[in-house]
Amino acid sequence: MGGLAVLGTGFAVPEREITNDALAARLDTSDAWIVSRTGIRTRRVLEDASVATSHLATAAARAALARARLEPDAIDLLIVATASPDHPIPSTACLVQAELGARPVPAFDLNAACSGFVYGLTLADHALATGAARYILLVGADALTRHVDWEDRSTAVLFGDGAGAVVLGRGEGLLGVHLGSDGRRADDLRIEAGGSRHPLDAATLVTRAHKITMKGPEVFRAAVDAMADGLEAAAQRAGLRPDRLRWVFAHQANARILRGVAERLGITLAAFWMNLDRYGNTGAASIPIALAEASAAGHLQAGDLVGLTAAGAGLTWGAVILRWG
Amino acid sequence: MDELIQELRSMIAGKFKVEPERLRPETDLTVELGADSLDVVELVMAFEERLGVSIDDAEAEGVRTFGDLIALVRSKRAA
Repeated sequence: MGGLAVLGTGFAVPEREITNDALAARLDTSDAWIVSRTGIRTRRVLEDASVATSHLATAAARAALARARLEPDAIDLLIVATASPDHPIPSTACLVQAELGARPVPAFDLNAACSGFVYGLTLADHALATGAARYILLVGADALTRHVDWEDRSTAVLFGDGAGAVVLGRGEGLLGVHLGSDGRRADDLRIEAGGSRHPLDAATLVTRAHKITMKGPEVFRAAVDAMADGLEAAAQRAGLRPDRLRWVFAHQANARILRGVAERLGITLAAFWMNLDRYGNTGAASIPIALAEASAAGHLQAGDLVGLTAAGAGLTWGAVILRWG
Repeated sequence: MDELIQELRSMIAGKFKVEPERLRPETDLTVELGADSLDVVELVMAFEERLGVSIDDAEAEGVRTFGDLIALVRSKRAA
């Protein structure tokens, strides 16, 4: 039936860098502690209120379009996977569409938290397979530091901002897919206030209910299980063993999660692309940033078998197998 | 079973880089060995794999000492 092919990749991160040492200056933590606990050394953080998720998403999209040698008006469908949109409405995708000068094609946001890019790829694969679209722009973009409680050392060290984009056209399609979610685990990782249940008001500002809270151990375990089992299931559907994959692009949440996933799957950690040391957890952006970096550095060759796997708030998880190029 | 406890002991000693003999039932993983919450989770997950059993979050959260881990593994083995 066919489906997607990746025609171009791009990414963007803010200029401003906050190192572990800079965080240690205001929190009871240290560079050594953060590195040993998370693998993260530094992260990029949006500068000021004049820039937001859509600016990063637009910059990443321009880079991906340039690599694909396509103009914005070629795009038939524009999806932004994000959990930290510029506004509740309009969607960040519409802002990106306007910035790019794309045609008035369908544009919308998709929220599956850190699994959003993998969910978006699966939707795009279907849209290309059915002929609903010829070229799709899919961006994973988040500015999670806008929602970080900088007083909470257990989460403040984890996140960074960024965007990664892919331009997709028709091709072989995804070889294996596995998506899932479990809303019973909604409390594990959340931003409680700022939506229709607890609109932002003076009280929520005091309790910091508009900031990210996470049950670390529960999320850690669920992430290892979901990312390993998901990739295993997707690989099985593709008719191959995970150790055949040239690269695994796993959501860059924590080096220990990735180590756990590698051990569970019985594959070498060397097959896992790692950039969380430089960017931290960039939400839905982490996998497409990694793809763009690997591609630009020449580490992804046409024909390479690649696995993507992610897990995030919801809980959500998703994994896909594809052949690059 | 004793073999299993020995394995448990060497696994923990290796993880926290301490002499296996230092581990006593009352040894507090966090206070004495410097474990963080994820270290305990990693140990529990390693045992699940090793024993082929499933340990839920509530059981895992109750683990404070080396003795708690032994008790948890024993209860799973007996079940």
